[in-house]
Amino acid sequence: MKAKKPKLAVFKLASCDGCQLSLLDCEDELLAVAGAVEIAYFLEATSRIVKGPYDLTLVEGSITTEHDAERLRLIRKQSKKLITIGACATAGGIQALRNFADVAEYARVVYARPDTLKTLATSTPVAAHVAVDYELRGCPVDKRQLLEVLNAFLNGRPPRIGSHSVCLDCKRKGTVCVMVAHGTPCLGPVTHSGCGALCPSYTRGCFGCFGPSASAHPAALRPALTQLGKTEAEVARLYATFNAAAPAFAAEHQSLAKRKEPTT
Amino acid sequence: MTQNARTIKVDFLARVEGEGALTIRYKGNEPKSVELVIFEPPRFFEGFLRGRSQLEVPDITARICGICPVAYQMSSCHAIEDAAGARITPEIRALRRLLYCGEWIESHVLHMFMLHAPDFLGYPDAITMAKDHGDLVKASLRIKKAGNAIVNLLGGREIHPINVCVGGFYRAPTVSELRTLLPELMGSKTALAELMPTLAGLPFPDFERPVELVSLKHPDEYPFNEGRLVSNRGLDISVHEYERHFEEQHVAHSTALHSVHLGHGPYVVGPLARFNLCFDQLRPFAKRAAEAANLVPPLLNPFKTLLVRGVETLHALDEAIAIIEAYRQPASPRVEVPVRAAVGMAATEAPRGTLYHRYQVDAQGLIEDAKITPPTSQNQKSIEDDLFAIAKRLPEMPHDAATKLAEQTVRNYDPCISCSTHFLRVRLEHE
Repeated sequence: MKAKKPKLAVFKLASCDGCQLSLLDCEDELLAVAGAVEIAYFLEATSRIVKGPYDLTLVEGSITTEHDAERLRLIRKQSKKLITIGACATAGGIQALRNFADVAEYARVVYARPDTLKTLATSTPVAAHVAVDYELRGCPVDKRQLLEVLNAFLNGRPPRIGSHSVCLDCKRKGTVCVMVAHGTPCLGPVTHSGCGALCPSYTRGCFGCFGPSASAHPAALRPALTQLGKTEAEVARLYATFNAAAPAFAAEHQSLAKRKEPTT
Repeated sequence: MTQNARTIKVDFLARVEGEGALTIRYKGNEPKSVELVIFEPPRFFEGFLRGRSQLEVPDITARICGICPVAYQMSSCHAIEDAAGARITPEIRALRRLLYCGEWIESHVLHMFMLHAPDFLGYPDAITMAKDHGDLVKASLRIKKAGNAIVNLLGGREIHPINVCVGGFYRAPTVSELRTLLPELMGSKTALAELMPTLAGLPFPDFERPVELVSLKHPDEYPFNEGRLVSNRGLDISVHEYERHFEEQHVAHSTALHSVHLGHGPYVVGPLARFNLCFDQLRPFAKRAAEAANLVPPLLNPFKTLLVRGVETLHALDEAIAIIEAYRQPASPRVEVPVRAAVGMAATEAPRGTLYHRYQVDAQGLIEDAKITPPTSQNQKSIEDDLFAIAKRLPEMPHDAATKLAEQTVRNYDPCISCSTHFLRVRLEHE
């Protein structure tokens, strides 16, 4: 008898759709993936909906409404394994900029009638609400890593994904250090690996899409960034982007926000 | 519709980007109102942009949409360059068009084959469709990949590219790097041209509704990054005048803002608008394919937008090949962008239609105010109007077919609800 295929579900919270699109961007592997699993819930790709429980659930996006928080609890109950994909689901994403500001002010900037909006004052990662079996980093996720995570979970093994910094990947690729060679400020020393050290290979400094690496210590990098011409306000903004609420990045931009703009 | 059914419910409209709800209310068999309800959590991007450097803008706005990040980057860069008074070189302009070709190809092909075609052929998705139409799905994946390969090489990655900056690019590709894209672009162009007759034979519902169509128009080229804003009802303005003619309105049932042409009402942007207004600017190869499929302006059937996307994809493939063949690596990948207190605006043509950005920059180069109008908020009222017109036919139809046709009507526009949205639920209510 043919073994029953594992049921895969893909859910979206507050997000840009980019991480789930990464799955559809696997043009060479998509039909093979679809052959190995039963796609039971994936609204962006199919109108067919199969009831839970699901063997493997991917969640994109952050929690910014009470409704989504409740929905996430139901999703967790229906899921044997739950994996978050991307910076929103893993760290609150760019939406977490509201955590450090006045959300009512943002609403007034964008909407004429902010009283009709239902939104929370914070954007929080999935793990702040339910248990998570694996967190895949990135804004967006890297599709090779996404395939590796799917492969690992479907075969009951841990994903082979490192938590070292982008710096190490540049050395492996043989990319010349943009900080040393060109004086370009770079977050590579404190940023989680995963993108394949992309920006330095385009002569650009890393800007932290994958959030802090396992042993990130941004305060130690601060003098190097300011020596290369970044003001402290600019350094603070570098960390206040797609992983603004990831603890190591949040600590650094909040610490800088408390200081006065230097006069040098 | 069965005799005793008072309400038709489709709980989830799938194969759109994002989630929302749709309600059609009837009195007897007459539709009374249609509401496309968008309740994606509000995302406040214009608020986040305040106080950021003008150079950070394209990386932030890309995150509005994972499907069309290039469009957001392009409108951002052009608007900031407009504020700064910077002029890009012809080489950078060509590279930007090439990048846009890549996004049009991958986004259009995703929608045509994976989101829209299953409606016409009667499948829940492209993967199920592949069991009976394997060659079609495989060919579409190949073409999509060729588009993504452009964005991947020139932008660094397909989603949220890293190589775009205000003033140009961080690194310009070498001639030999770009030339590696040619074989698959050429193969994809042939493959899609061969598929067009099959696509033209799909069962398109007989439906037309007179609408105002709005797009950029450039005298010499099919519009991507620049042009005047024109319409089939006499509009002909510079992008700087956009906000004097168009207004976004905040309606309570939606977290997206509705756009109207002041004094005229709802309008349509996107492939249908561009095709009708800029047919003469299509590359000859794409124009011939359109004519062979009996597609000539005026074309007002929104269901046939699938074919128009095919024509635009052929155009983008053909233009991408031409740009690469003529490419010489520029001396500098970007121009200097000075800092000055000013307001800048720009519109570019995202796959789904005109994307307008305005930024007010202070003397330090920080953003004081931002305004972003995505294509889907401009089309939203017209989607509702299409649904209202199609709703008159639904009571005559079997339950399943009626709800599917309502969903398909929404999908014609490839709504990118993520640019502001979540669950799309279709509910037909009867009084």
